[in-house]
Amino acid sequence: MDIKQRITEANEEVVRRLTSGLPVLVDIAPAGEVIPGMEGKMITHSGPPIEWSRMCGAQQGSVIGSVIYEGWAETPEDARALLDGGEIHLEPNHSHSTVGPMAGTISPSAPVWVVENRTFGNRAFCRQVEPRQQFGDYSPDALDGLRRWRDLFAPTLREALLHLGGVELDPIIIQALQMGDELHNRHSASSSLFANQMAIGIAKAGVPLDRALPTLGHLAGHNLLFLGLAMAAGKAITDPARGVESSSVVIAMCRNGTEFGIQVSGLGDEWFVAPAPVVEGLYLPGFTSSDAGLDMGDSAITETVGWGGFALGGAPGILALVGGTPEDALGYTREMRGITTAKHPTHRMPALGFEGTSVGIDIRKVVQTDVSPIIDTAIAHREAGHPIIGAGMVRAPMECFKGALRAFGRRYTP
Amino acid sequence: MTEPIDDLLRGPLVIVNLGLRGFAESLEAQADDVVQVDWLPPAGGDAEMIDLLDKLL
Amino acid sequence: MPQGCAIRKNQYYDSVFLMGVNSRLSKIAGVRQTAVLMGSEKNKVLLGDMGIRAREIDEAGPNDLVIAVLADDEATVRSALEGVDAALHSMEATTTPSEIHTLEDGLRVKSDANLAVVTLPGEYVYAEARKALDAGLHLFIFSSNVSLEQERELKQLALSRGLLVMGPDCGTSILGGVGIGFANAVRRGTIGVIGPSGTGLQEFTCQVHHAGGGISHAIGTGSHDLSNDIGGSTTLMALEALERDPSTDVIALVAKPAGDQTLRVLTARLQACTKPVVVCILGRSDRAPDAGLEWMPTIDAAARAAIEMCGMPATGWTSTLTISDPGLSPDVSARRPPRQRFLRGLFAGGTMCYQSQQILSQAGLTVFSNAPLGVDGLLENPEQSVEHTLIDMGDETYTQGRLHPMIDGTLRAQRILAESVDPEVAVLLLDFVLGTNAAKDPVGDIVGAIIEGRHRRAKEAGNLTVVASICGTEDDSQDLSQQASLLMEAGVHVFWSNARATDYCIELLRDQQEVA
Repeated sequence: MDIKQRITEANEEVVRRLTSGLPVLVDIAPAGEVIPGMEGKMITHSGPPIEWSRMCGAQQGSVIGSVIYEGWAETPEDARALLDGGEIHLEPNHSHSTVGPMAGTISPSAPVWVVENRTFGNRAFCRQVEPRQQFGDYSPDALDGLRRWRDLFAPTLREALLHLGGVELDPIIIQALQMGDELHNRHSASSSLFANQMAIGIAKAGVPLDRALPTLGHLAGHNLLFLGLAMAAGKAITDPARGVESSSVVIAMCRNGTEFGIQVSGLGDEWFVAPAPVVEGLYLPGFTSSDAGLDMGDSAITETVGWGGFALGGAPGILALVGGTPEDALGYTREMRGITTAKHPTHRMPALGFEGTSVGIDIRKVVQTDVSPIIDTAIAHREAGHPIIGAGMVRAPMECFKGALRAFGRRYTP
Repeated sequence: MTEPIDDLLRGPLVIVNLGLRGFAESLEAQADDVVQVDWLPPAGGDAEMIDLLDKLL
Repeated sequence: MPQGCAIRKNQYYDSVFLMGVNSRLSKIAGVRQTAVLMGSEKNKVLLGDMGIRAREIDEAGPNDLVIAVLADDEATVRSALEGVDAALHSMEATTTPSEIHTLEDGLRVKSDANLAVVTLPGEYVYAEARKALDAGLHLFIFSSNVSLEQERELKQLALSRGLLVMGPDCGTSILGGVGIGFANAVRRGTIGVIGPSGTGLQEFTCQVHHAGGGISHAIGTGSHDLSNDIGGSTTLMALEALERDPSTDVIALVAKPAGDQTLRVLTARLQACTKPVVVCILGRSDRAPDAGLEWMPTIDAAARAAIEMCGMPATGWTSTLTISDPGLSPDVSARRPPRQRFLRGLFAGGTMCYQSQQILSQAGLTVFSNAPLGVDGLLENPEQSVEHTLIDMGDETYTQGRLHPMIDGTLRAQRILAESVDPEVAVLLLDFVLGTNAAKDPVGDIVGAIIEGRHRRAKEAGNLTVVASICGTEDDSQDLSQQASLLMEAGVHVFWSNARATDYCIELLRDQQEVA
């Protein structure tokens, strides 16, 4: 068979897998208990592989936070010393069926969402979304936020989830896309829909009010709650699409604040990286672009499965992110059709006449059209020790796709 | 037996215009079914990538 | 520093939206700092830290929008605050760019497309054309600078799939009355014509139209199709199609010089054609008649023969010579000084240039050109005319990085002025091509130079006779009669065909030579 034909068929297979995944939230558990290979003094992080010394300020800050949170060090200085000494094992989330927003740091006692893809039986994991430590803030307040998750919210939700026997995420995703979420930075609908289900679960499980009420209160006020679930779902959906021979479809996009990396189904576990781009953004009062770090986080897994920037046209509520009109947002979404393989059969956007989201980013089409995936994202400080400072839009660097295409050519052409 | 070219001569023409907008406009003025492609060089004109794409896409 | 704030009660916006508004306000000249946020306790502390304090802020609640501005002066504070509502309610409008950038995008919009028209830079043509063929599309390739090797490959692939490749370097086709590229609004009829040259097809179809006939299809093949390298692939395919086509009764072939090998194959095929065939291959009029083939010396003759083969009289033919101008009379020529005896032709249409060369050389004149008909007569320096010189202004020398003279008359106007002041020049021969995609006012772009040239010449000894042909019909978007009037008002002798205009030049030159 002609190579082009082989690629077409392989990509169709990848898209079949991407669009038939059925993510189900089955648990929320300490990372060390559920993530394969999470052992000892280990912290996983967002983006392609990177050593401690090359990490950006925000990611270093977040790692420091994790070290203190785990009790491996008392002070930031002690934590740095441990890390400088190579005593903490650092690995990318993606190597462990895991994803994490922004710095993406996950340490053994941190509670992670456990999402199972019912179609293929695989599991994926994502850390909790919060506005501080994942942005590099290691202050006691920031770490208290993590501890509350560990000691209060996660055990409560776990009880509820085990009682419910899991929560199917696809119905929430489908509804949320029709309620104005794009499932990367706007999760108002999905978080609310999910909180409703958890309220029932918590009540059914008979959780005492002294734990139930603060947990429900936190869920009700956390409008990015579902991001962690969307990311775990995205990872659970993409993992079975890995390793399809001859496929040129992207199955991971992520950033560590230093480099942007992608993986391609037909190219094994190889990362194709380029320097992390600058995010065109808007800033919270008191911050400007001169404070901003570069693009960071595994959250672009949402764009990899057709949400986020790809679904912006259906989420007019976050238009201010784009700095433009509803037409601009629709324009981004339509533009993504040109670099993808198919439209999702059930993930539909009313604003586009109930058109399905574009899935299956094809490195060939990205390079050919010179249009790279659009991502909407949050912005961290360039230095360690700060919470979120803004949000904006960013394009995946073209060089990642060109590098992947070169490797693809080497592997698949005589 | 009818050849594809016979269908072309019989019409109607349904045209994809790659490049000059004026060509599409003159066709539209003749009430023809035209889509204008505001064509951009593949891979932003990167010759190495164009070569690869010729083989792969 | 002057400061001020505004409160909008019970107007909740999310923080991301407000960042957008904030960013817009902060761009106002003279504004130092702005804060657009909801009146939560945390935010009120933040405003305090920024040095912004006001009673209204203290009273604002979490569902109230607070807009605070620090600026260089009070007026800026006021105007920024007045602009808040506009910033809140209106989002900047930006144009949505076209989303159709590739052939694939185009095919998504028109999945039933049957023809791709390609006007891309030459180096990109091959890949796009292949994709079009793979998608089952016929091709019209206007682009030039496609290698012969690529053209051969494309045409072989097309042949195997029964698809037609018109081009590369194809200027004109008319398919079922639809003009593609540079085409004139000609009557529909039963004459099908095939040719490698766009202006050749334009001239032929216009002559058929003027003489009362009509065109079923005009199929451009691209300028290299009849070369030995390509072997007439498209021409042969078009011939077979027209032979089958029920709307075509007579087939004409109008061509520039062709490769010998190709010509042999083509001749045999033309002889076997089941429909009447008329052939005009410029540069081949010396050819001995082949059995069953009519070889015509000019495009006009071919058009006339084709109409007659349809069983129609060629009407209106004799009236195509329009002029009665005193400039015609030998008396005028006689007043020219003896050294003023040469013709200069400046052409927008390549085929017009060829045909004029052929007619002039058959009349016994030695002609030079940047695009000579045969091996002789190549002009050493295309910028420097010698004796009788005909210049194809559409040649690559003149079109590198510039628009074709059919679209942009600038270079031709300059050359007209240059030739006008040459004391050896007696007659200037021009062509004007109307129709789709040609200049909106081809004569208007150039007539100034003609008037100026004639004026300069009149101040010196002798005068300059200007002869022009117009290739066009009354249905073309350029107003044919207005274009002709414009020329005649400038004292130009106007003809509806290049052959006629050239014949007339010969008359003028013969008078001149007799006098000399």
